[in-house]
Amino acid sequence: MITEAPVDTGNYITSHYGIKSWLLTVDHKRIALLYLIAITFFFFLGGAFAVMIRLELLTPQGDLFQSETYNKLFTMHGIIMIFFFLVPSIPATLGNFLVPLMIGARDLAFPRLNLASWYIFIVGGCFSVFAAIFGGVDTGWTFYTPYSSTYSNTWVTVTAMGIFITGFSSILTGLNFIVTIHTMRAPGLSWFRLPLFIWSHYATSLIMILGTPVVAVTMLLVGLERMFRVPIFDPALGGDPVLFQHLFWFYSHPAVYIMILPAMGVVSELVAASTRKPVFGYKVVAFASIAIAVFGFLVWGHHMFVSGQSVYASLVFSFLSYAVAIPSAVKVFNWTATMHKGSNSYHTPMLYAFGFIGLFTIGGLTGLFVAALGVDVHVHDTYFVIAHFHYIMVGGAIMGYLGGLHFWWPKITGRLYPELPAKLSAFTIFVGFNLTFFPQFVLGYLGMPRRYHAYPEEFQVLNVMSTAGASILAFGYALPMLYFLWSLKWGKHASPNPWGAKGLEWLTTSPPPTENFKEMPVVTEPAYAYAPHKGVKVVDV
Amino acid sequence: MSGHAESRKVYYAIFGALLALTYLTVAVARIDLGRLNTIVALTIAVTKAVLVVLFFMHVRHSNRLTKLVVVGGFVWLALLIGLTMLDVTSRNWLAIPG
Amino acid sequence: MWLFLVTEIMFFGGMFTAYIVYRSLYPNAFVAASHTLDITMGAINTAVLICSSLSMALAVNAAQLGRRKSLVWFLILTILLGSVFLGIKAVEYHDKFVHHHVPGASFHFEGPEPQNAQLFFSIYFGATGLHALHMIIGIVLLAILAIRAQRGRFSSEYYTPIDMTGLYWHFVDIVWIFLFPLLYLLGGHLQGGGH
Repeated sequence: MITEAPVDTGNYITSHYGIKSWLLTVDHKRIALLYLIAITFFFFLGGAFAVMIRLELLTPQGDLFQSETYNKLFTMHGIIMIFFFLVPSIPATLGNFLVPLMIGARDLAFPRLNLASWYIFIVGGCFSVFAAIFGGVDTGWTFYTPYSSTYSNTWVTVTAMGIFITGFSSILTGLNFIVTIHTMRAPGLSWFRLPLFIWSHYATSLIMILGTPVVAVTMLLVGLERMFRVPIFDPALGGDPVLFQHLFWFYSHPAVYIMILPAMGVVSELVAASTRKPVFGYKVVAFASIAIAVFGFLVWGHHMFVSGQSVYASLVFSFLSYAVAIPSAVKVFNWTATMHKGSNSYHTPMLYAFGFIGLFTIGGLTGLFVAALGVDVHVHDTYFVIAHFHYIMVGGAIMGYLGGLHFWWPKITGRLYPELPAKLSAFTIFVGFNLTFFPQFVLGYLGMPRRYHAYPEEFQVLNVMSTAGASILAFGYALPMLYFLWSLKWGKHASPNPWGAKGLEWLTTSPPPTENFKEMPVVTEPAYAYAPHKGVKVVDV
Repeated sequence: MSGHAESRKVYYAIFGALLALTYLTVAVARIDLGRLNTIVALTIAVTKAVLVVLFFMHVRHSNRLTKLVVVGGFVWLALLIGLTMLDVTSRNWLAIPG
Repeated sequence: MWLFLVTEIMFFGGMFTAYIVYRSLYPNAFVAASHTLDITMGAINTAVLICSSLSMALAVNAAQLGRRKSLVWFLILTILLGSVFLGIKAVEYHDKFVHHHVPGASFHFEGPEPQNAQLFFSIYFGATGLHALHMIIGIVLLAILAIRAQRGRFSSEYYTPIDMTGLYWHFVDIVWIFLFPLLYLLGGHLQGGGH
């Protein structure tokens, strides 16, 4: 299925030379690569903090770092991974690259805004790197007040401002996507012929628009309180720390959907291409994406069950949290149904899709555990919660990201990655991941609290397993860096459509020319219109 | 973004209405209506906002999508305020310490 | 542009949420603190902003009809009115500063629950400060537009920047339409305005 092709000239990479042509580009494809480089840097920076955490946790005593330093480690790990890696990851790299291609457009609606978005991201990132170098932040990525607003002696304001600035990058990307998807679709590309990747990015953009401003104003208020000693959240001065949590989680819960929805979009594409079938229940999956975005805004109080929030509010939030699981579950069922009677193939992207479906399911189910008030009272602030969200963020989102990177690598770079090392990495990552995080479910259930650098003796075995897993995982993440870079010089050249997949992006060369298509495509068939197998009816919409 | 121009007379009329409503809200604030004071003040504010949105921002002539976006924005804010207030107001309902 | 304005709704919304929460928790302190604000100045400012919204709408109208001179004059009028608003706000801020109502180390309040009153002032300065910042940005944008309009860059076929800036300006007006009653008119029936 993977075919070689003669060398292509005159594409977006070779069309202009020189660093200025990259730093001042308005080509969405080049901007996507700029983002790719930036977020890869942040991934390894956040990963470095994770390494230090796991090293400390090899032994029950707090012997590697002082507790104050350890506080900074997990805080920086969280902030960098969430705000500077996960939130931008798929939308800013794969989204930026593919949205115009998938809808048959020349570029996004506002190309210069797109470049501004990258620069804003970099500026915000500089703030957090500055904070990391000059002493870090120790409040936890959640910045709970009044510690963050009054008592902490670390670079809270700088980091808060960094997050504030990066938030605008997110907002502008979301704005760009929404306008592009509404106004720049190719002739014949109606809403229900769009790839599900586009639907999930549309839903993600809605969340970016509606949620990010609230975390922005919250960070601003914390900064004001710190800099001018203006009471807003400090209870000693009459403020309400729970108000901070409401404002913070109003964004930060939907933020997790910003992190997972694009990955779900990727998985839809991978499953369809690998089984050569339309995704089962296309419309349902499309609406489920929107439903996740909407419902995701109604559940934030489930982070606050033990904060002093009223029981009645907690009940409402708990109930709504169960509701939000439904559209996600629907998607899992639909992907599985797609694979039924499909001509399945098991190349690397599909392996990542399998990984996603399995691990996301575990993560999602454990989400239901913690959504139950009674259970959460026991496992809140323990490693159970950490395992839960890492299953979704790492087992889900990052697997989706890697699967997407592999799938579209030929399109983006014009080269094929080497399949055997790729498969090996996928397995390594899967094994390493589970070894790292599954013991953490047990640890949390047994009562090991999070954010502590020391723990009782009896938890050591599981912690050692977890750290061992983390080493394997780190190795697994390093491998793609190596072979992707290798492929740039020595990889086989890719044809326009090495996977034989449906989708407008595969109609153009690999890599595409700057203007994306030599001739604008006209769409006449539904999404994923593969040749019918027996038992599959292709219905036009 | 609408194509056709509103008549200037309409703008002046809305302008007059906005000033009148401002005068009204200040006047009512000086009368003791108990809890009604806040409700009246907010109702007048909402009315003024609606006039500005519909006429000055010509949403009256905009397509359905724009109208949806506008309504959606305010609905979302109501969500933030509403669910937060759900917590704040119900904190003391249960007479259990802690 | 409306998509961007939705983000602004949520941005200011966070501030409004804080206000609503604290007002429901500390009604007496909020009323007492609100009394120290001058209703007359607030009302005048409201009227000033409404006038500026009218002039902005007339500016967009002039652009649509291709009337360059009117467009420029209306833009300048809007800038002037916006500046008047900021001037009155500056007077109010100075007044607050003199009376030690600025939250922080030198805060001093002679009414009930000074702690909680300080919260009112935190939100007052936060909200009106953020609003004023948006006004300043708006005025800068309008100035740029006025210069470009004077140079004939707009016509009845192309006046999108005027339209977009108009939407922004009206939005900032709407924020003030809500700030005015919430901050100034609390318990206005209990005493006259001013202190």
